[in-house]
Amino acid sequence: MDSARSVVLDAGDIGRAIRRIAHEVVERNKGAADLILLGIPTRGVFLARRIAAAIELIEGDAVAVGAIDVTLYRDDLRLRPARALEPTAIPTGGIDDKVVVLIDDVLFSGRTVRSALDALNDIGRPRAVQLAALVDRGHRELPIRADYVGKNLPTALAEKVRVRLLEFDDFDEVTIEGGAS
Amino acid sequence: MRHLLSAGDLNVDSACLILDTAAQLASVTDRTVKKFPTLRGRTVVNLFFEDSTRTRISFEIAAKRLSADVINFAAKGSSVSKGESLKDTALTLEAMGADAVVIRHGSSGAPHRLATAGWIQGSVVNAGDGTHEHPTQALLDAFTIRHHLRDGTGDLSGVRVAIVGDILHSRVARSNVLLLRTLGAHVTVVAPPTLMPYGVSQWPCAVSYDLDEVLPHVDAVMMLRVQSERMHAAYFPSVNEYSRRYGLNALRMGLLPPHAIVLHPGPMNRGMEISADVADGERAVMVEQVANGVSIRMAVLYLLLGGMTDDGKKEI
Amino acid sequence: MPHETTVIRGVRPYGEDPVDIVVATGVIAEIATAGSGAGRVIEASGLIALPGFVDIHTHLREPGREDAETVETGSRAAALGGFTAVFAMANTSPVADTAGVVEQVWHLGKATGLVDVFPVGAVTVGLGGEQLAELGAMATSAAQVRMFSDDGKCVHDAAIMRRALEYVKAFDGVIAQHAQEPRLTVDAQMNEGVLSGQLGLTGWPGVAEESIIARDVLLAEHVDSRLHVCHVSTAGSVEVIKWAKSRGIKVTAEVTPHHLLLTEDLVASYDPVYKVNPPLRTSADVTALRAALAAGTIDAIATDHAPHPHEDKDCEWAAAAFGMLGLQTAFSIAVLTMINSGLLDWRALADRMSVRPARIGRALGHGHDLKVGAPANICVVDPGASWVVEPATFASKSRNSPYAGMTLPGKVMHVLKAGKPTVECGDLAC
Repeated sequence: MDSARSVVLDAGDIGRAIRRIAHEVVERNKGAADLILLGIPTRGVFLARRIAAAIELIEGDAVAVGAIDVTLYRDDLRLRPARALEPTAIPTGGIDDKVVVLIDDVLFSGRTVRSALDALNDIGRPRAVQLAALVDRGHRELPIRADYVGKNLPTALAEKVRVRLLEFDDFDEVTIEGGAS
Repeated sequence: MRHLLSAGDLNVDSACLILDTAAQLASVTDRTVKKFPTLRGRTVVNLFFEDSTRTRISFEIAAKRLSADVINFAAKGSSVSKGESLKDTALTLEAMGADAVVIRHGSSGAPHRLATAGWIQGSVVNAGDGTHEHPTQALLDAFTIRHHLRDGTGDLSGVRVAIVGDILHSRVARSNVLLLRTLGAHVTVVAPPTLMPYGVSQWPCAVSYDLDEVLPHVDAVMMLRVQSERMHAAYFPSVNEYSRRYGLNALRMGLLPPHAIVLHPGPMNRGMEISADVADGERAVMVEQVANGVSIRMAVLYLLLGGMTDDGKKEI
Repeated sequence: MPHETTVIRGVRPYGEDPVDIVVATGVIAEIATAGSGAGRVIEASGLIALPGFVDIHTHLREPGREDAETVETGSRAAALGGFTAVFAMANTSPVADTAGVVEQVWHLGKATGLVDVFPVGAVTVGLGGEQLAELGAMATSAAQVRMFSDDGKCVHDAAIMRRALEYVKAFDGVIAQHAQEPRLTVDAQMNEGVLSGQLGLTGWPGVAEESIIARDVLLAEHVDSRLHVCHVSTAGSVEVIKWAKSRGIKVTAEVTPHHLLLTEDLVASYDPVYKVNPPLRTSADVTALRAALAAGTIDAIATDHAPHPHEDKDCEWAAAAFGMLGLQTAFSIAVLTMINSGLLDWRALADRMSVRPARIGRALGHGHDLKVGAPANICVVDPGASWVVEPATFASKSRNSPYAGMTLPGKVMHVLKAGKPTVECGDLAC
């Protein structure tokens, strides 16, 4: 397997991608007021915190950041044994009339994002929802697209994209593994 | 996990998974939409051969918050009271497509029988059987203790718990002794010798006949309901004597460490095993126990029904 | 036909040297050198001959519960189990507490003819424990009742027990006591011990049996009468009986096959097939019971064959009926627990399954040694065979065997009752 493993983003690339996404978010929303960044566990939460920190450097004010676990909304629950739940943490004040930016590490079929939209619907009514992903690997199965993408990464279905983050995996790296190529 | 029949079936990992899942699910109570779509299309049957409105409602709310369809099948007013057997009832529920059966039964082992006799395919949750076990009660008690004494995470290593009252006839005591021990807590059961099970010395807990001696050394005290009928079977001489020796009153509260909490599975006999001022006092956590019961039962139903079935068959 | 001679060829009586047992006119006519006997031949080389077994504790359920068993189906099961006589317990419906009921059972047994059915009479009216049944009338009836028992219930009133013991002396009767102190066993479900506490099942403490046995042996001594203790189940009971026998008290005792093999651990399955009264006990009790049977402190193996229809066992534990089938497995369990363990030899096994039980119940014509002139009640077994227990194939109407699926040693091959074959090659003769 190791021979078929290639590094797509290294630590420096990931840092630059996060800073760029932060700039795009601020530019698109004309500042950071009313913004809530919600990461999708596990790694989306750490990305959300990093993007929030980057926005704070740009704008000077802290940005509300939280987590939204989508497990209970997934459409593939019966394909696997019951999964442990991850924390959901909605910033005080809720999401009503806020601009929510959902943040995930890899955008693939779009089903996770669909679940997140359903979950948001049960929590409140945001003014708008945007989507950021560190990697967009294609192969969408639902009409969903990202507003902010760290890197577009054309992949074969058989390949596996792995995102590793310092907070969880001890180092920053995005790799492609396996597949015929 | 296919069934939840006994607290003894849980190891520390599976017990903590249930507690952690419940902790995540507890957040639903703060939301405007108190519901998840997770168990949409699943059917949960509450099969209650004994009256227990509070436990049935707790399971019912839990199932409904996960969007399961709930059918309440009570012995009273149904064919069960006309002498239909547990087996025939089970076959009926199976034919109706129950994915899980939550059973409360007066006979010890009835849930075990329901799960193993080959009558039904679905999951079985023991909601209290005879004088045997009541595992979801033990889980909600552990959840409540963990919340107060361990910041709501991890196991209960080192926590000292006294369980006081009719240990002999208590399914709550049996499940709690097993689960608390699994989670690393030190348990002492306290009762007059007549209300101790034969062979209790072999249980994974300490045994005491003296409540006053135990109270200064515990972090949580769980008072069990004592039915006054027991008096007529000569388990103790009188209600007054029981209350004097084993009741938790304001005076005895003074023996507890300041951080200690008081639990009771309900319904309480005020003035018997617990005085009204203690029951209403700020260290009593009975109201939280009820709320936590819903979260625990949601967690159990989610973990039993929220994935694929054990035989690995994919279901659509 | 009536004077036909049957030769059991090459059979080993009590496992000893092979002979031909020649049977004519219902008795053992000759014990001849192997291969020399003439007549209708039952080839039995390698097989062992024992006196036909006598079961002093069987529930045939008729009259009243013919859905569970009848005298006929029970007799078939008994014959296939190697028995030539069974004692039918009195807890039928109506209760066998009058000459009329015991004669009915006796006649049904005669009509079937596969085993001699000796009705047991109830000690008290309706098994109520309050008023003596007409013991004398049953004794002088056609059924010639000699054993009386309220089995299923204990004669708990000490005064009634004393009177019963005294009264049956007039006709050489015996009181067979179901020793269970009722107040200590209210709603009891299983042996009281650590396991009952864990399973939340109400305990049936050994002391509830032992205290009644202790009382009864003292009563039997006081009035100098015969006491028989049904289904002894604890090591403590063995001690009491041993003490009583050492004092010369006229007490005898039986143990069931299941109490010689099974232990309470099986109850953890909550499968009611293991629900029985007295309950399965601990392995220490099993060891003590085997030793007591070997030593003769316990006199007899008795099946306590208790058929129940499927629905009475296919339910939750507390709702289920007490009892297990025993007739068709008793011999194999005896081989497994007593012969294979070396505790008994074949002659001693014959003593515990035939000679002594016949003597206890005064079963005329049964329990004789295999010798010339003895009634030809003979059981021929294959000690080397083994078989898998399949309750569905049982002759009994019921299926509640705790041994289903087990492979058991020893097989009953041929049975002669009063010289007539009732079982041939493991099947009923017809």
